[in-house]
Amino acid sequence: MTPRSRLPFYVAVFLLIAAGISLAIWRHIELGIPWLAGEQRPVWMIEARVDFDASDGAVLASLNVPENPPGFRILSEQAASPGYGFSIIEKNGSRRAEWTKRDVSGRQTLYFKTQFIPDDSTIDRPPSQEPKARKMFWEEPQATAVREILTQAEERSSTPESMTRELIRLMQPDTRTQNTTLLVAEEDYLELLVDMLNHSGIPARTADGLKLEDARRRQSLMPFLQIFNGEQWLTFDPNTAEQGVPESLLLWRQGSASLLDVVGGDNSEVSFSMLRQTVPALQLSTMEFDSKGLGFLSFYELPIEEQSMFRMLLLLPLGALMVAFMRIVIGIRTSGTFMPVLIAVAFVQTTLVPGLIAFLSVVSIGLMMRGYLSSLNLLLVSRISALIILVIFITAGLSIIGYQMGFNTGMTVTFFPMVIIAWTIERMSILWEEEGAHEVVIQGAGSMFVAICAYLLMSAPLAGHLTFNFPELHFVILGLILLMGQYTGYKLSELKRFTPMRVYD
Amino acid sequence: MGWISPRRLNRLGMLNMNRRNVDYIARYNERSSYPLVDNKLKTKLAVAEYGVKTPRLLQVVRQQHEISGFRQLAEDLGGFAIKPAKGSGGKGITVITGRDQDEYVKASGSRISASSLERHLTNILAGLYSLAGTPDVAIVESLVESVPTLARYSFQGVPDIRIVVFRGYPVMAMLRLATKASDGKANLHQGAVGVGLDIGTGRSLNAVQFNKPITLHPDTGLALENIEIEAWGEMLEMASRCYESTGLGYMGVDLVVDAHEGPLLLELNARPGLAIQMANGMGLLPRLRTIERLKRPHFTPQERANYAMEVFAAL
Repeated sequence: MTPRSRLPFYVAVFLLIAAGISLAIWRHIELGIPWLAGEQRPVWMIEARVDFDASDGAVLASLNVPENPPGFRILSEQAASPGYGFSIIEKNGSRRAEWTKRDVSGRQTLYFKTQFIPDDSTIDRPPSQEPKARKMFWEEPQATAVREILTQAEERSSTPESMTRELIRLMQPDTRTQNTTLLVAEEDYLELLVDMLNHSGIPARTADGLKLEDARRRQSLMPFLQIFNGEQWLTFDPNTAEQGVPESLLLWRQGSASLLDVVGGDNSEVSFSMLRQTVPALQLSTMEFDSKGLGFLSFYELPIEEQSMFRMLLLLPLGALMVAFMRIVIGIRTSGTFMPVLIAVAFVQTTLVPGLIAFLSVVSIGLMMRGYLSSLNLLLVSRISALIILVIFITAGLSIIGYQMGFNTGMTVTFFPMVIIAWTIERMSILWEEEGAHEVVIQGAGSMFVAICAYLLMSAPLAGHLTFNFPELHFVILGLILLMGQYTGYKLSELKRFTPMRVYD
Repeated sequence: MGWISPRRLNRLGMLNMNRRNVDYIARYNERSSYPLVDNKLKTKLAVAEYGVKTPRLLQVVRQQHEISGFRQLAEDLGGFAIKPAKGSGGKGITVITGRDQDEYVKASGSRISASSLERHLTNILAGLYSLAGTPDVAIVESLVESVPTLARYSFQGVPDIRIVVFRGYPVMAMLRLATKASDGKANLHQGAVGVGLDIGTGRSLNAVQFNKPITLHPDTGLALENIEIEAWGEMLEMASRCYESTGLGYMGVDLVVDAHEGPLLLELNARPGLAIQMANGMGLLPRLRTIERLKRPHFTPQERANYAMEVFAAL
C-alpha cells in the first residue's frame, strides 16, 4: 500500500479557506457589513417643516425633496402629518412630497423626515435630456447693460465655468459699474444671474442647499447657482464664485421646480432642523440589503424566529473547532466527544457562572440518585429513562427554589439538554465504578475545561457577529478542522506522558 | 515530572496518538474488519479457522430470558469469565474463580451474589459496555489458568501478553501484570505493570507502571528483570496468524499462556495503545517503517515471525 498523495487535500483545504475569506471580504466591501460589531456610521436626520395658514377648504401642499444629492445617499423617508394624505411623486424630473386634505382651516404644520448617509461614491449622473439655454428678452435700458457685462465677462473667459466665475465677480458690489448697479437694483440678484447666463447661451438654474450642522433648528436653505457645462451640472456660490458643493452642504433642491407650493393656503414657509446621529454600521447595511440585490446571501431575510435559531446554530462550529483543537492538539480527555459543546451552548444561554453552578448541582444530585437506581437492578434503558425524569425533577426543583430565593438563575437550568445530562450522569457513574474516582475527576474536569473554553469562544461578541453576518467564514472553520484531522504530530499531553522516555534517549 | 521535547520523541521514534490514527489505523485497517475484532464472539469464530486457540466457550447469553439458563450452568462450574462480546479495554469482564455457598468469588477475592451477577449480565445485554452503546451479547468462557512461571509475577489476575502486529509481522510485545491498583485487571492505564519483551527471545526488557519505570512488582515484590516467556516463537507465529484471519494491518493481539492448553488468544484490538513503547523503552516508528519498506512481504506467519525475531531482536 503506497501512501496517498495529500497534495489534492491540501489544495482543496486551501481553496476552501481562501473562498471563505474572499467571500467575506467581498461582502464586506459590497454590502458594507462591518467587521466589528460596534462600528458606527454617521447619519444625518433632516426634518423639513412646512407651515401655512389654511383658508377653509381643500389643501394641496407640495414640497420639493432631494433625489440624488451629491455626496449623500438617502436611507429613509417619512412624513408625519396627521389627517393628511401623503405620497411622493415624480413630476417633470423632480421629486415632490405631496400632502392633501379636503377640509382644512387654521395654522397647519407638516413634517417630512429623511435620513442621509454621507457617501462619496454616489455618482452624479448626467441628465437624460441635455438642458437648453432659455432665450431671454430684455427691455432697454437693461438690454444694453446686460450685453455690455456679458461681453466683458466673455472677453475674460474661455469656458462656461470661467464665464460664470467672471460674471459673478463682475456683479459683486465692489466691482460694480454703473450698468450692473442698474440691473441689480431692479431684480433679485440670483435670478438675474441665471437669466444672464441663459442669455449668453449657458444653461443655468438655481439650487437650494442646506448647511449641515448638528442639532440646528429652523434653518433655511441657501441659494446656489448651477450651470450646465455640456456634461454635468456644476454648482457655484453666487456670492463668492466658488465652484463645487462644500463638504457639509446638502443640495436639497436642484432644478427649476419650486421648493414649496401650497394650494388652498397662504403665509407658507418651510424650515429645516437637523440632527447628526450615529447608527451601528451593521444596522445600516442590513437596512440597505434590499436595494442592493445581494440580500439573499444573508440571514436577515429570514423571519426573526429563525434568525435567532441560526444565531445559535452558527456558533456550534466554533465549539466543534475548540473541541477538535483541545482533543487533537492539546490532548484533553473529555467524557463524550461533543458533550462539552452542548454544555457550552447551554452556558451561552445561561451565562457562565450561574450555568456552571446549575450544571454541577444537577449532575451531582443526579449522581447521588443514580446510586439508588443502580441498587434497584433495572434494565439499562429504563434506568436512563428514569434518570431523565429525575433530571427534569431536579432542574424543576432548582428552578423553583432559585426563584423563591430571588435568583432567576435557577430558571436558566432549563436550557441544558436533559437527555445529555442523564447520559453524562450514567457515564460518570459507570466510570466511577470501573475506573475509580480519579478518572471521573480527570474526564469531568476535562469536559468542564473544554466546555468553558468553547463557551468563551462562542460568547465573544465578535464571534457571534462574524459567524452570523459572514456565514462563509464557516468554510475557514471547516478547513481548519480538516487540517487538524491530518495533524499527525505529538499532542501537548503526550509530551508529558512520554517524559519517562528521556532515560532511553 | 517534566516535559520531553518533540525532537527527542522523534529521535526515539515514538509513535503518537494522532499519527497512529491517521497513518496506521486509518490506512491499514479496513473499516469492514472492525466488527470482527470489536466482537469477541466473532473473533473467536474467525481465528478458529486459522488454528488459533481461544479459551473454551461455555455459553452465549443473547436474550434476557436466557439468564436463567446461565444460573444453571454456573451452578456446575468452578470458575468462569463473563465478557461482553463488544466490550473494549477489559470493561465489563467479570472473572469468577469459585463459589462460597450462595455467593461467587471474584478473582480479587471479593464475594458477589448470584443476583448481582445476573444484573451484570442484564447490563451487558443492554449494551452498557459495548462500544457504541448498542445491544450486546454476553459470552461465558472457561477460566484461563495461567502457567505458574508467569502467574507468580501477577497480583491475582491472569498476566497477558500484548503483541502489536503490523501487516502480519509482530513488531513489539509486552507482558501485562495485574496489580492491586488495577483490581486484578491487566489494563495499563488502571495501574497494571507493563513489561517490555524482546521480540527476538521473549525475555523481559523494562517495566513500567503508571508510565513510570519500575524494577520490582509493586505487590508481589518480584524482580521483573529476568522473566522469560516459554514457546516464544510459537506465540509470535500465532499472533502473526491473526493477520490472515482478520485482514487488519495494524492491531494488538492479546495472548495468555494457559497451564494446560498453551498459548490462547484473548482478544484482538484494532486500536492498540501506545504504552507498549514505554514498556519497551523504544518507539514503534522505526520498526513500522522497516515493515513498510519491505519490497517483498513474507507469505506465511512462520516466515514473518522468524523475520521479526531476527530483525527486531534487542541484541
